Amino acid sequence: MKLSLEQTEHIAHLARLRLREEEKEKFRGQLSSILDYFEKLAKVDTKNVPIISQITGLKNVAREDEVLGCDAETRKLLLENMPMREGDLLKVRAVFE
Amino acid sequence: MQLNELTIKSSAAGLRKSEFTALELTRACLNQIKIYDKEIGAFLEVYENEALEQAAEADKRVSAKKSFGELDGIPCAIKDNMLMRGKTVSAASRILENYKAAYDATVVRKLRDAGVIILGRTNMDEFAMGSSTETSAYKKTRNPWNLEMVPGGSSGGSAAAVAARMCIFALGSDTGGSIRQPASLSGVTGLKPTYGRVSRYGLMAMASSLDQIGPITKTAEDAAIVLKYIEGNDRFDATSVKAEIRNPKSEIRNLKGLKIGVPKEYFVAGMDSKVEKCVRDAIERLEKLGAQAQEVSLPHTEYALAIYYIIMPAEVSANLARFDGIRYGASIPARTLKDVYDKTRGQNFGVEVRRRIMLGTYVLSAGYYDAYYKKAQQVRTLVKRDFDKALHHVDVIVTPTSPSVAWKLGEKFDDPLTMYLSDIYTVSANVAGVPAVSVPCGFAHDLPVGLQIIGKQFDDEKVLGLARVYQEKTGWHTKKPIF
Repeated sequence: MKLSLEQTEHIAHLARLRLREEEKEKFRGQLSSILDYFEKLAKVDTKNVPIISQITGLKNVAREDEVLGCDAETRKLLLENMPMREGDLLKVRAVFE
Repeated sequence: MQLNELTIKSSAAGLRKSEFTALELTRACLNQIKIYDKEIGAFLEVYENEALEQAAEADKRVSAKKSFGELDGIPCAIKDNMLMRGKTVSAASRILENYKAAYDATVVRKLRDAGVIILGRTNMDEFAMGSSTETSAYKKTRNPWNLEMVPGGSSGGSAAAVAARMCIFALGSDTGGSIRQPASLSGVTGLKPTYGRVSRYGLMAMASSLDQIGPITKTAEDAAIVLKYIEGNDRFDATSVKAEIRNPKSEIRNLKGLKIGVPKEYFVAGMDSKVEKCVRDAIERLEKLGAQAQEVSLPHTEYALAIYYIIMPAEVSANLARFDGIRYGASIPARTLKDVYDKTRGQNFGVEVRRRIMLGTYVLSAGYYDAYYKKAQQVRTLVKRDFDKALHHVDVIVTPTSPSVAWKLGEKFDDPLTMYLSDIYTVSANVAGVPAVSVPCGFAHDLPVGLQIIGKQFDDEKVLGLARVYQEKTGWHTKKPIF
């Protein structure tokens, strides 16, 4: 499966990854070879085969939605990780422009 | 024998009998790190002062006859993708260079409660993506058996630390072979438990349907001890299973009548003949010990790698979306929100990480989802059925862990597909959610060879039991590198 440069750029856009110009062709080529490798799956007969995404058969695992609270030390660690802060508020660029 | 060369079993006994102290044991490990880690590069950070404090506490407990048990006072190393409260944990990535964990992973909490001494965090492939520990954004780790060679990956730091006797045991994580393959290449024992057996809470997620945390140790007996402590249902991990599922009856003491399946698809043209000989010799040995080997077939083996490289990147692309420069981690200042995302991720994720995120994004994107992701999930059912069928007739399946021994640093780095092929024997166990252990079974080209033992879901004890009997009767696991 050969990817075009536009497709490569589109994927990077979806993935929110800025690629450098000189990298685009390299990624295009490598992704294309990997996708070629996947062609062999077309040979597998999967008619009526169900998908499996939960490998141990668990269903509907839930727990009570209870507020556990947060101790001061944890709060401090969380706040200190924020790249941009104003007091205890997380600061971000405008979501809508 | 130096104290850092002991196993969990023997160091626990030594501490109990007051033959030495936890402080002496910890100092021996720290000393080994001081002398050799400049060359080997297993650790990203060593917590010397804390380790000595923890050791002193452990010694107090021993004196007061209030030891927490078998793991109390035992020094270990933790892979850099498991959260330790108050510590920088970075998944060997620049995007988390200054990130400080606000909580302990469940496994870390359990080990701390057991009195374990945490020596430091170990190097890995960035976000666990790799089979050689070369994609780490910080440093390379060298194989203690030959410093020109890779230790394997992605838990290469943990495997090298155990092999180099820098710790008594370590924790790694395994999504497609990342515990077993470095264990194999570095000549130590590594277990990937049945999916859901060990909580993933606090493990930085790579592929949520495939990831498992597991022990890297000097012996299978030690691995079983660590598993006892780290396993268990966790309300914070909805994929962890309940205790009733455990299968203690599957423990084995001897191999009489044990049926071993040897899958014909795993012994193909092109595999290293010396590696094959080591593995065949090991199977012969198991037969001499009473087991019955027979050929089995896992017909979808050739598709397992392809579906792994569709499912895993797809899940990766979702799991790594959180690294966006907003709440934590690196953040590149930019005018618009999208630029913050694009630049932060573009500049702080390494090449392999970006490659896999893009691969995953593509296979999940509109128009391609059915052809790739859905197809892969269907073939996943077929791979699981292969194992269910085969393990109906035999107790365990035995294979090589890796098609080759360790290779030279830099040798496979530029060709992603070649690197991916080194996972060919390990990925199926993650895809099928079954337990698998790698144990040393010989040498080829003067480098360690690993034997992989795979079992039914929740037959972890059986797999470890077989490994333990094999180790009791052979001596491969006692060999250590000279450097």
